[in-house]
Amino acid sequence: MSILFDGLSLGAIYALIALGYTMVYGIAKMLNFAHGDIIMVGAYSVFVVMQRAKSPTDAFLNVACGLLLSLFICTLFGVVMEKLAYKPLRGVTPIAVLITAIGVSYLLQSLAQIFFGAKPHSVSLPTLGTVTVAGAKVSLSSIVTLVVGAVIMALLTWFVSKTTTGRAMQAVSEDRGAAQMMGINVNKIISVTFAIGSALAAFAGLFYLLQIPTAEPTLGSMPGIKAFTAAVIGGIGSIPGAMIGGVLLGVIEKICLSIPVIAPYTTAVEFSLLIIILLVRPIGILGKKRREKV
Amino acid sequence: MGKEKKRNAFRIKDYTSYFITIVIFAYGLIMQMTGHLKRSDSTLLVQIAYGIILAVSLNLVVGFLGELSLGHAGFMCIGAYLGGYIAVQLSGVIANKFIVLLLSMLIGGLLAAAAGLLVGLPALRLKGDYLAIVTLAFGEIIRTIFKNLNVFGAAMGMHTNTIKYDGGGKTSLYIVTFCVVLVMLFLCNNLIRSKHGRAIIAIRDNEIAAKAMGINVTFYKLFIFVFSAFFAGVAGVIYAHNITPVMYSAFSFNYSIEILVMVVLGGMASVNGSIVAATALTLINALLQKNLSGDLASFRYLVYALILIILVIFNNAPVFAPIQQKISPRAIIARARAKKSKPGDIPDEPTDWRKVPTKIKMDELLSTDLQQDKTFEPDKPEKSGKGGE
Repeated sequence: MSILFDGLSLGAIYALIALGYTMVYGIAKMLNFAHGDIIMVGAYSVFVVMQRAKSPTDAFLNVACGLLLSLFICTLFGVVMEKLAYKPLRGVTPIAVLITAIGVSYLLQSLAQIFFGAKPHSVSLPTLGTVTVAGAKVSLSSIVTLVVGAVIMALLTWFVSKTTTGRAMQAVSEDRGAAQMMGINVNKIISVTFAIGSALAAFAGLFYLLQIPTAEPTLGSMPGIKAFTAAVIGGIGSIPGAMIGGVLLGVIEKICLSIPVIAPYTTAVEFSLLIIILLVRPIGILGKKRREKV
Repeated sequence: MGKEKKRNAFRIKDYTSYFITIVIFAYGLIMQMTGHLKRSDSTLLVQIAYGIILAVSLNLVVGFLGELSLGHAGFMCIGAYLGGYIAVQLSGVIANKFIVLLLSMLIGGLLAAAAGLLVGLPALRLKGDYLAIVTLAFGEIIRTIFKNLNVFGAAMGMHTNTIKYDGGGKTSLYIVTFCVVLVMLFLCNNLIRSKHGRAIIAIRDNEIAAKAMGINVTFYKLFIFVFSAFFAGVAGVIYAHNITPVMYSAFSFNYSIEILVMVVLGGMASVNGSIVAATALTLINALLQKNLSGDLASFRYLVYALILIILVIFNNAPVFAPIQQKISPRAIIARARAKKSKPGDIPDEPTDWRKVPTKIKMDELLSTDLQQDKTFEPDKPEKSGKGGE
């Protein structure tokens, strides 16, 4: 039971990251490899605030400040990254864009290493303790992650389906050329997408710190790749798909970790799942099929 | 003018790659003969050699086939662990180190090639970003497996028999390694220039069109993956003979990226470029590792990142296309040639005819730039012309 809860909250983190991947992939048609490192940027922002804040009395105020700063910095990084690195490459071969994205990911990691050092810093977040749910001990941070994650996802779904900007995003992902003809500012929409994706990554960064309270330069790369796996499992480009995929992957990871024989091979299991899904059903659970034209 | 000159006459530019390799190799030999070759230099020479093997073999996939593989270090890992293991086992049976080395290289390469076949299969259904992620995932799976297998020393790494540099001995690893590099270059160069090589490039340029021309896309994709994995495996075996213990952490995703940096820096689909870039980066790495320590070492990765971003954007972004045409080495050479030749001279090579200076701008007249985003517009629209894609 506690495994299930842990899995769900880990899944909520994966889902938040996967949403960033899937939105950017759906709209800009590119795999933003550096998305995982935005989580790292967010985690370091929280770390900086928690380190500066000397008054332990108002722990929750500190966390709120940390979250605000990390939201701001992540969004800024996301938008600047898009403008500088990806915008010049719009419309060229996907392989060039992907290599640039890998470069950006590396750049962020090495910058973090230069500024903060390679060794992990522990972040002193307030401990929330545990509660007993249905006879099992569950840490409160898992429940917070789960609830906040669910609220954010509900908000995002509402935003995409009801607001003008959200609908414009849907239109751009459907057919960029046609959307442009309808008077949608495609560049602006892509920037907005990156901003939202990065803001979600900032939340994911904070939640990640709640689970593992250390910040290090390579913190984002593994969750990043796993969240991409989640996005693929759910069907890339589909927002509900990313949520389902994320939660599924989180639960699978925790179940694997709880079985001693499989535990060391958890990463291998998850990645094998990715390969199998891509081979059997490349469009994922909720993805749509696209025809390729000459 | 030599009218009788055949088209497949000896051209220096076809042999540049061997030349560069032999120069590096000769440096090592001369140093050894004069007795200046230190053990660390010999190790470095081997590192350069397997760097070249890795970069050229990855360039086959990335530059020529046009698919991004992020799991090259994974194939190398297979070669290093399995080849190294076999070498340890064989050395109990066969006394001759040289034969053990060759056999283990062959077996390690073949095993890596088998893994290449396994990864090549998804490559038939996937491309672009998805394939890159699958290769990345594959590399990580390989690493996780080797990390946990007790036969291979698990987390402590596997101890291998290194072939030590012994003065003027015949077993110096770098000599064998450079011979392997030359053999690989011979195979690669001939593959690329053959009809098969052109088929592979055709697949990169437009897969559907290539298929329509009767090219067996399935076969060639698999073939390149297997071929490239084989040499990555061989590089791994060489690694295992150079350094002990073989650690799973050496073959992380970062190493795959390092190889990719070599390919991008040297130039996509340029064998010579890959050789030069692999040599340069290996030397720079060795220098930096000696002089930088601790957190400063990450400047190395900062430089890699900047190389990747700047070069790729500069080479691909439409904004930079005019500048790039002016300053690319190829354009400069072409301009220099055009200046040298007089208007009356006609070169022997039909491919050079377009470089003859004329007042008519033939290139502009003959070529129509078809870009992916823009649809082709004929000069005169026909009245009954059917528009559309």
